[in-house]
This record gives sequence, structure tokens and C-alpha cells, in this order.
Amino acid sequence: MALALQTFATVKDANAALKLAGTRYLGGGTLVVRAANEGDVSVSGLVRSTDPALSAIEVRGGKVRVGASVTMAEIARHPELGALAKAARAVGGPAIRNMATVGGNLFAPAPYGDFAVALLALDATFGTDDGETPIETFLAGRDDGRAIVTSVSFTKAGSFRFLKVSRVKPKGVSVLSIAIVLEQAGGGTVSSARIALGCMADRPMRAKAAEKALLGRTLDPDGIAPALAAAGDGTSPITDPIASAWYRAEVLPVHLGRLLLS
Amino acid sequence: MAKVPVQFTLNGSEKAEFIDSGTTLLNALRDKIGDTSPKGGCHQGTCGACSVIIDGELRLSCLTLAETCNGAMITTTSGLAEGGVLHPLQRAFLDTFATQCGFCTPGMIMAAKVLLDHTPNPSREDVVEALSGNICRCTGYEPIIQAVLAAARANSQNAA
Ligand SMILES: Cc1cc2nc3c(=O)[nH]c(=O)nc-3n(C[C@H](O)[C@H](O)[C@H](O)COP(=O)(O)OP(=O)(O)OC[C@H]3O[C@@H](n4cnc5c(N)ncnc54)[C@H](O)[C@@H]3O)c2cc1C
Ligand code: FES
Ligand code: FES
Repeated sequence: MALALQTFATVKDANAALKLAGTRYLGGGTLVVRAANEGDVSVSGLVRSTDPALSAIEVRGGKVRVGASVTMAEIARHPELGALAKAARAVGGPAIRNMATVGGNLFAPAPYGDFAVALLALDATFGTDDGETPIETFLAGRDDGRAIVTSVSFTKAGSFRFLKVSRVKPKGVSVLSIAIVLEQAGGGTVSSARIALGCMADRPMRAKAAEKALLGRTLDPDGIAPALAAAGDGTSPITDPIASAWYRAEVLPVHLGRLLLS
Repeated sequence: MAKVPVQFTLNGSEKAEFIDSGTTLLNALRDKIGDTSPKGGCHQGTCGACSVIIDGELRLSCLTLAETCNGAMITTTSGLAEGGVLHPLQRAFLDTFATQCGFCTPGMIMAAKVLLDHTPNPSREDVVEALSGNICRCTGYEPIIQAVLAAARANSQNAA
């Protein structure tokens, strides 16, 4: 089915057009055009904005601001975003990465949303025309929001770690994905931890029990054991053709352990 | 359905068409312009048979709306042969039996072309990574990988 597309120079005008029922924002189109091709009649119109700010990446000191239309391929090749390249490269094959946007990844239901998992661990905030929203609030309300996300902002973390577990290499949909940002005090004990999980719920979530269990512990097999035991708390993994909820729950502590010890 | 004008350069020729708003590039190329080299396999982004090169980047024409390509330079497999002489990649696919039913071949060749444009001497891993968004149901992939490596070798010999 063909969809009428409206293009606006400003986000403000695009936001106004988005108010019409059945209208969705067009990022890279890898999910929304796919849905239309599949016969999803809930989408009758698409809106996009060509505002150049949506495609900009700014890195000032440790602060990063990424426009919502920036693609995974652009993140992966940006010289100052090396740590995030692994998360960006985890999204689909080369053509998908050339199209998939940061903005679109935030709305991608599990098993997708690998990059959003990285942003959750980084404690990113999201910009719209109305201001900034912390990522957890944003993800919780993403199904009800109609506003265009314009940017994502976060502070670079030296300790950022990311792992996507998939069965087909090099490109395959996630069994699960994990992103971690840790701070360690003298003696190597963990002083703060943010652990984000993909595919362990319908959208990226924090492993808060595991984070708490890591505090004051060292990153060795004994030190991380309580965190691994708590890793599944509060999760409700998805079941899809890639893996069952049971399988995802079983392998989560194994992969979390490997990432913490890496 | 509103008709919208679309203009782009396809394989070196200017194209200007009126299309239904929301038409995919794949449908515009095949049904309107008559370039049937990009294939519609899944229309879901998973098979890569519809891959084309837009402004130097590999894209899926089944998920790209034609009207977002205004002013773009688009290359499809049908634009690769010059003066009746096959492109080294096309020649290598034939010579190494990298194609059986041939449905995936144009997408594979586009993915391989982008790789060789940026990495003239790729490793086997580079080739596997570059083709990772393209599905082939016939060949078992190995002949395709060998074809791309053979084309890279042929290119470097030509350059020497
Ligand atoms: C074959 C294939 C493989 C894939 N593999 C992966 C994978 O491995 N990992 C992964 O995470 N994802 C994967 N995806 C899913 C998808 O490509 C990515 O999640 C991508 O980042 C989505 O971005 P997009 O710009 O293409 O979204 P679109 O399809 O353009 O949009 C998706 C949704 O988000 C909304 N939206 C988009 N941008 C904005 C914005 N700025 N403001 C408000 N709403 C917005 C749209 O209205 C729509 O509802 C895959 C998809 C395909 C087809
Ligand atoms: S037809 Fe486009 S990816 Fe399969
Ligand atoms: S040759 Fe038949 S799908 Fe690849």
C-alpha cells in the first residue's frame, strides 16, 4: 500500500502534521515502511523533517549530542564515538545500518532496540521541541508519545561495555543484548553500576537488582556472583523464533558474567 | 493518491517521474522506470535482493520511499556493464559459478561493489560482513565469497 509522505523543513511543522490520526514519523523507514509493505493499515500517512540539526553529531568535551536522524553507520564511523561503535554495528546488516536511525531505534520493539539498550546504560536524555526527558521516562511512555524526538544526549563513559548475543553471525537478531557503565573505587570495588538489558522485556530495561548487588564488590567470579544471581529479577523476556523466554532467562547470567569479567 | 515529482540520476541518466506519494524506490524503479535489476524478494528488509547504491551507500530499495531520493545518484546492477563489457564483479560471479537461480545476484553484486569501492583488497571476513544483509537460497554462499575475492584480485591486477 502506498503512503502519502509529507516533508517539512522544520520539526515544529512536522509535529503539527503528526497530530493527524494514522500518521507516523518516518526515520530510516526500516520498521515503518516494512510494516506498510506487510499490509499494516494503521499507518496511512508519513511525515518527516529535513531540519539539518536532526542529522548533526556534536561532541564537546565528554558531552555528546546526536540528532535523531543520525544513522547507525554514521555513529559506527564517527572518530569520537569509538566506544559506541560496537552497539551501532550490532544493528542489522550494512544496508540496514545505512538507513536505521537513532530516533527509530528508540521505538523499536524487542528483539530490536539494541542501540537503545546502550543509550539506557549511558543514562541518555531525549530532546523534543518541548524539552528534555530522561531515557527511562521516555521508554516507559514511548507508545503514547506523539512528539518527534529530535536528539539524544549523553556523557561519554570510559567504562562502557556492550554485548549483543545472536545465533547467526555476523548479522542476526538478538537473543539478548547487554550494556554496562561501571565506576570503580580504589581497590577495584564497584562504586556505581548501570546495567541495561535488551529482549528481557518488550523494551530495554535496567537490571536494578544486579546493579545493587555489584556495589562494593570486585569484578572477579566471586565478586560478581550475587549480581548474576539477581540478573533475572524483574525481567519478563520475550519469546520469538530466535529464542524462548526460558532460554533467554537461562543464558542471561552467563553472558552478563562474561561481559563483567571481560 | 497525490502524485509527486521525483528526479534523480539513475546509472548516469537523469530521470524525472511523477509517482504516487509513498511509492517505494523498488516499485518506482521496476514498475515506472523499467529497471528490473533490483529484485523484490521479501519487501521486509531481510533478503537484500533489492539492494541499490544511493549516493555511495548501500540501501534497501524496498524500504526507501522514492520521493526521499530527490537529487540522489542511484546505481543498480543494470548500470554496471560498460559498452557491453561486464563489470569485474559480474564477470567474477559468472566465472566462479556464484549464481544459480540468480535472484539474489543483483543485491549481492551491489553489496560487493560498495565494499570494493571502499576496500579494494578485502579480507574474507570483510566480504562476509559486507554480504551479511543478503540472503542466497541456492549457492551456500562460498562461491559468492570467492567471486568477490576474485573480483578484488582482478581489480588490483588491472590497477598494477
Ligand atoms: C532486516 C532487519 C534487521 C534489523 N536488525 C536489527 C538489529 O539487529 N537491531 C536493532 O536494534 N534493530 C534492528 N532492526 C530494526 C530497525 O532497523 C532499527 O531498530 C532502526 O534503528 C529503526 O530506525 P528507523 O529510523 O529505520 O525507524 P523507522 O522505521 O523510520 O521508525 C520506527 C518507528 O519509530 C518512529 N520514529 C522514528 N524516528 C522517530 C523520531 N525521531 N521521533 C519520533 N518517532 C520516531 C516511527 O514513527 C516508527 O513508529 C532491523 C530491521 C530490519 C528490517
Ligand atoms: S526485497 Fe528488499 S530486502 Fe528483501
Ligand atoms: S542464486 Fe538463487 S538465491 Fe542466490
